[in-house]
Amino acid sequence: MPVMEYIDAIRLAMKEEMERDEDVFVLGEDVGVKGGVFTTTKGLQEQFGEERVIDTPLAESAIAGVAIGAAMVGMKPIAEMQYSDFMLPATNQIISEAAKIRYRSNNDWNCPLVVRAPIGGGIFGGLYHSQCAESIFFGTPGLKIVAPYSAYDAKGLLKAAVRDPDPVLFFEHKKCYKLIKEDVPEDDYIVPIGKANVIREGSDITVIGYSLPLHFAMQAAEELENEQGISAHILDLRTLQPLDRDAIIESTRKTGKVLIIHEDNKTGGVGAEVAAIISEECLFELDAPIQRLCGPDVPAMPISPPMEKFFMLNKDKVKEAMLQLALY
Amino acid sequence: MNAKSSVSTKSKHEQLGLSNTEVVDMYKYMLLARKYDERSLLLQRAGKINFHVSGIGQEVAQVAAAFALDRERDYFLPYYRDYGFVLSVGMTLKELFLSVFAKAEDPNSGGRQMPGHFGCKRLRIVTGSSPVTTQVPHAVGLALAAKMKKKDIVSFVTFGEGSSNQGDFHEGLNFAGVQKLPVIVMCENNQYAISVPIKKQLGGKVSDRALGYGIPGVQVDGNDAFEVYRVVKEARERAVRGEGPTLIEAMMYRLSPHSTSDNDLAYRTKEEVDENWKKDGLPKMKQYLIDHGLWSEEQEESLLREIQQQLKEAIMSAEQAPFPKPEDTLLHVYASEGEV
Repeated sequence: MPVMEYIDAIRLAMKEEMERDEDVFVLGEDVGVKGGVFTTTKGLQEQFGEERVIDTPLAESAIAGVAIGAAMVGMKPIAEMQYSDFMLPATNQIISEAAKIRYRSNNDWNCPLVVRAPIGGGIFGGLYHSQCAESIFFGTPGLKIVAPYSAYDAKGLLKAAVRDPDPVLFFEHKKCYKLIKEDVPEDDYIVPIGKANVIREGSDITVIGYSLPLHFAMQAAEELENEQGISAHILDLRTLQPLDRDAIIESTRKTGKVLIIHEDNKTGGVGAEVAAIISEECLFELDAPIQRLCGPDVPAMPISPPMEKFFMLNKDKVKEAMLQLALY
Repeated sequence: MNAKSSVSTKSKHEQLGLSNTEVVDMYKYMLLARKYDERSLLLQRAGKINFHVSGIGQEVAQVAAAFALDRERDYFLPYYRDYGFVLSVGMTLKELFLSVFAKAEDPNSGGRQMPGHFGCKRLRIVTGSSPVTTQVPHAVGLALAAKMKKKDIVSFVTFGEGSSNQGDFHEGLNFAGVQKLPVIVMCENNQYAISVPIKKQLGGKVSDRALGYGIPGVQVDGNDAFEVYRVVKEARERAVRGEGPTLIEAMMYRLSPHSTSDNDLAYRTKEEVDENWKKDGLPKMKQYLIDHGLWSEEQEESLLREIQQQLKEAIMSAEQAPFPKPEDTLLHVYASEGEV
């Protein structure tokens, strides 16, 4: 099984799906000749041609809207938003259109669309190349939202998204592109949408999160185990919508102490809903108040290195929060 | 007789390749749409339905455009005033009234959307929404799919001049211009965006914008069925030849208020409206048919009686049809297991 980077796994998923189904195509800014600003689509135009890997005009609403039109007649577009920060011109197409096509037509039409967008900071991108867009779309029924942490899941979830009959937003963390490296099978597999995944078994505290911050939680858990004998149970949500309620409840019951982590800012974030589910379903099984460690409630991440560092989660911040919860 | 004089003796519709039957059918759909619209207005005034948005004054262009397309194969993205269009491509009166009464069997939305929000896969009418002009990029996407699958079909999309100011209009047309896609984009310029007249909506002409997209832009008299038919037909021929999109601006006048919730005399004068009734394309079409011996007052009366009967039956059966079950509100957010 080859070791590959998170970004390679995403690219491989697209390549495999395009080989498997000629209706799958990629469109977006700079995705063709250049292969994407992060090289996510590198080599795809060479293999599949200009017709299936389309360099579009710089207009996000058209990228989404054209993809929606094609999807409604059975094509399987993968629309790339260069940064999730630039996805907002397409929100009307995504929320008013893609999310509602099945519902408003009473199941007559559907929209098997995938929108890929890099999220998150840690690359000195400043306010408009670092945001997490998931809470903007979270809570819009009709959309599915996935945000993989591992390379294995990135490949499997993207393949599942392409085959899904409904619109899926695929949020890939740009800091994970090169940071996460692991064994990824070259064969055809999918990771089902809607299923969370326990990435570490433990008995003292539960950490629930998604995307890059889980990388810090895994490192912190290792250290806390070795240094303090604290055993952390970690749940990767993987799919943000629909949330895997059963897995959230089960992981909570396992330890009775929950820390929710994400890079998106705290207020109105996915963690708020996870906390609400826990409160509704198993409040009296908790041994400590539900904790959240998230990006601060400021408009976006500043570019200056100390400020970016202040904004971002890291191993030490996550470790401290885990320790405090364990000691509660 | 030489070839030249034989052409000149042909009537307008024959020159365009329309048979006598077709041109009479066009008129029938125009009149049907007008009567449907008037009746819906009455139903709202009588308190039978909550809302109606009217297309009176726009039927001639709508029906003429539909007849210039391949009504068996092309894809259609009409906007909320396009009753004449959807009737012409096969939607029935009963189906329209099922939507008006928000009944379960409404093919447009199963009673979920406002009337005038068309959608019917059987007729290749693509589901639409209320935020205006979002359908233009969709039409471009359908045309892209047609090009990729090498199908000789087009997508046809309409909207008003007010909504031609939306970004999606520009983004969609530019994309289509770059990719030379088989899409026909027709603005039904009815002079008003609810209350705001064109002089406050448009700095220039909608059709002139085509220049910036590298595509043909044509302004046409929307009250002239034959001119609309001609430009749409030519646009379709260009599209299937692989020569790309066409922007058409059909000039007309919204003779009714914006909707049943609107008092139009708050922002325009009765004189102005009356003046525009004189330009209505519907009686002109009738006169054309009479002048060419294709229609008579007797036929008109008989058709009106027939339409009244059809309206009565359609309303009755739509009114009696069941509402959706309240709990069906929860259905079709996502595909069910095994569904596409």
